[in-house]
Amino acid sequence: MGTLRIASSFKNVHAIMHAPLGDDYFNVMRSMLEREREFTPVTTSIVDRHVLARGSQEKVVQNIICKDKQEKPDLILLTPTCTSSILQEDLQNFVNQANLNTETDILLADVNHYRINELQAADRTLEQIIRFYLDNLKLQNINKTEKPSVNIIGIFTLGFHHQHDCRELKRLLTDIGIQINLIIPEGLQIHQIQQIPNAWFNIIPYREVGLMTANYLKQKFQLPFIQTIPMGIIETSKFIRQTQKIIYNTVPKKIETYIAKQIKSISQAAWFARSIDCQNLTGKKAVVFGDSTHAVAITKILVYEMGIQVVGSGTYCKNDSDWFREQLQSICDEILITDDHTKVSNMIARLEPSAIFGTQMERHVGKRLDIPCGVISAPIHIQNFPLGYRPFMGYEGTNQIADLIYNSFTLGMEDHLLEIFGGHDSKKIVTKELSVNQQLNWTPSSLNELNKIPGFVRNRIKRNTEQYARQKNCKNITIELMYEAKEALSS
Amino acid sequence: MNLNFECETGNYHTFCPISCVAWLYQKIEDSFFLVIGTKTCGYFLQNALGVMIFAEPRYAMAELEESDISAQLNDYLELKRLCLKIKQDRNPSVIVWIGTCTTEIIKMDLEGIALKLEKEIFLPIVVARANGLDYAFTQGEDTVLSALVQRCPKSHQDQDKALKRLVLFGSVSNTVANQLTLELKKHGIQVDGWLPSPTYTELPSLDHNVFVCSVNPFLSRTATTLMRRRKCQLISAPFPIGPDGTRHWIEKICHSFNRNPAYLNERENQVWEKLSSYLNLMKNKSVFFMGDNLLEISLARFLIRCGMQVYEIGIPYLDKRFQAAELNLLKQTCIEMNCPFPRIVEKPDNYNQIQRIREFQPDLVITGMGLANPLEARGINTKWSVEFTFAQIHGFSNAQDILELVTRPLRRNLNLNMDRLNEQFVL
Repeated sequence: MGTLRIASSFKNVHAIMHAPLGDDYFNVMRSMLEREREFTPVTTSIVDRHVLARGSQEKVVQNIICKDKQEKPDLILLTPTCTSSILQEDLQNFVNQANLNTETDILLADVNHYRINELQAADRTLEQIIRFYLDNLKLQNINKTEKPSVNIIGIFTLGFHHQHDCRELKRLLTDIGIQINLIIPEGLQIHQIQQIPNAWFNIIPYREVGLMTANYLKQKFQLPFIQTIPMGIIETSKFIRQTQKIIYNTVPKKIETYIAKQIKSISQAAWFARSIDCQNLTGKKAVVFGDSTHAVAITKILVYEMGIQVVGSGTYCKNDSDWFREQLQSICDEILITDDHTKVSNMIARLEPSAIFGTQMERHVGKRLDIPCGVISAPIHIQNFPLGYRPFMGYEGTNQIADLIYNSFTLGMEDHLLEIFGGHDSKKIVTKELSVNQQLNWTPSSLNELNKIPGFVRNRIKRNTEQYARQKNCKNITIELMYEAKEALSS
Repeated sequence: MNLNFECETGNYHTFCPISCVAWLYQKIEDSFFLVIGTKTCGYFLQNALGVMIFAEPRYAMAELEESDISAQLNDYLELKRLCLKIKQDRNPSVIVWIGTCTTEIIKMDLEGIALKLEKEIFLPIVVARANGLDYAFTQGEDTVLSALVQRCPKSHQDQDKALKRLVLFGSVSNTVANQLTLELKKHGIQVDGWLPSPTYTELPSLDHNVFVCSVNPFLSRTATTLMRRRKCQLISAPFPIGPDGTRHWIEKICHSFNRNPAYLNERENQVWEKLSSYLNLMKNKSVFFMGDNLLEISLARFLIRCGMQVYEIGIPYLDKRFQAAELNLLKQTCIEMNCPFPRIVEKPDNYNQIQRIREFQPDLVITGMGLANPLEARGINTKWSVEFTFAQIHGFSNAQDILELVTRPLRRNLNLNMDRLNEQFVL
């Protein structure tokens, strides 16, 4: 998947999957989620019974040659899948065979599906393609651009708000006098790869994909890179200062003025966080989960810029866990690194936050537990490919994130009114809790009282009250006991 | 005059057959489906069934890792652990193992392991190899049902040996099953059971006195298993899709039971009457089926009867014997409606098809999701084929739903001023 996402981001690069029927649902995702108008440049060289019996060399080579004639791509990428890695065929040999009869370049994506996940595969494939075209380039043949310029690495197909982020970054960089050399790999043509080293430095907005490429470019061409994630006011400003330091070794006055002006006039987030409405967010609890880039950035924003307590933060990027821990060590209570979503939902159920910021999975968990959820990271669904302009990065991004966070919490005043008047949802109590203890008896009046408590805290109150009743060996839960429990527990 | 069949390269898009768990786990209420595959299968299920995956579905992935593949771990113990957990958490009446490409290639002996495990955990385990090496999309259901046939009980001793009974096979929603059952009841025919039944514990009993008839065109393996293993008698009929198909289907069943269907013509005409507003829209419009779910022949036959022209019927796999009655009806329909025979392309090649679509410029292309948006961007109206798999399309009462789907893009164009829009964005 990751390999295909990279391949289909380039212009005129065709991927051929070596896979059984039905493994090509990538085409569906791209065409559905991104509402892509072009045919996805991915074909499958189908592995079926006949292929198992005969070996797939003939078929793969034929398919490559055929595609070369049909589409005339600049590069064909042969992509193994889980199934084909077990077959242990010498795909490199097929590539060499096909090379004899085609005009185009052919590469074999070097990924082992059992060892790495989608994002790691994307990272590697990108590096592999760039390396393939730059390895023979000599240092003295590089013509650096006259004005300071930069490559943005890691913008690609099916990325979470990538297109919007990319536009926002371009705007920001142009503002501070840095030209964009190339965007990699989205829309990049193969012949442009030669111009990558002309930039002064690289920017890696997303940790998951692009770091390998950046490291390679640093080794070979001494291109420095910035891996600060320009998300949130603090980090965006830090990011701008870093770009200046790379170019001038100092931060010019006018840039400081620029930052100040942006925070005052463009980004409403800083003022918003100070405004009176946001006071109600103080001390609210949130859980964050996503890829490492977004989980870290959103956690920092919640804690430093909004004063919200993050009780748990986690990522499914296990390979990046050290960095993740280091970033969030001191600012959130619990860190969870797992790709098992049941562990995540258990954590959420245990911590009972007022809002979740996570992926599509956490959104479903939130629905089940009646906790609002803002989606901040892949895996995502069609509603996260909005038509409107919704960057997460830069100063405009701070506004979007502030909106997202604020709307995820129940609005301040509404919150109060619910509490005072016992809420307007008289939903029956759903027993989602762990206690299936039937010996406790709620009197009608206390049940009524319980029903007045807003949905998202009702379960906790119920559980606490029952626990308290058990401690006191009470069989009947009356209103009095409820109040007692509340007092006992709020001390 | 014969239908013309062709066969291409098989480079086409369709869903993996493991997607059948999506509807089967809902159909068989006391089942649990365990898909034994890799990350790829997991991603696919997650994306294809994204909406349902967190509604505590009764299916799960047993994800194979490198150690499983290199046989360092014991498959048997691993599966035992999983199945015990499933038994404890969900307590199903049956666990269905879905074999995938990977289990096929590493030659995991699922059937053997299941036999041993069943005895140990006191729970039936049914093995279906719904892999992409052999099958396309809806054929996944075929593999599961043919595995279930083996589990159907033998008839009771006290049952009347001479009594002919009827069992229908194909998974349709309970509403549709009831509709079809009632439709047959009008002609004095009682349906004795369905495969799959709403629960595993109510599987129909089978023997040589049982007539079986399919409601779906992709169940050829199941039909073969029923005939060979359980000596059932297959009624070869067109499928009850569209009022014409439904009528022929009922007629065939009636003939097998030596009954004369009454009022069938009136019933069919009533339905056509109801559809007239759709038919006006469809008259002389052309359709192109790219092919991915094996419903294509029946749908094309129905649409020709509605007055449309079909250029091409792409289909992943065509069992000419199993679909014989349907193919005959298609031929007959073409002759009666005075339209040329469509070309039937087995294992189509999407690239070539797109070239042909360019040439023909059909009014409607019925295609998979991966190609719908790019075709729309080129000014071609499309309809997702997968919707036909998940909509209720069987019987007299659901004919309208099919046309609702087919005409939706045509109606949309009436609503949007397409010509003006097209000027703006056709590439």
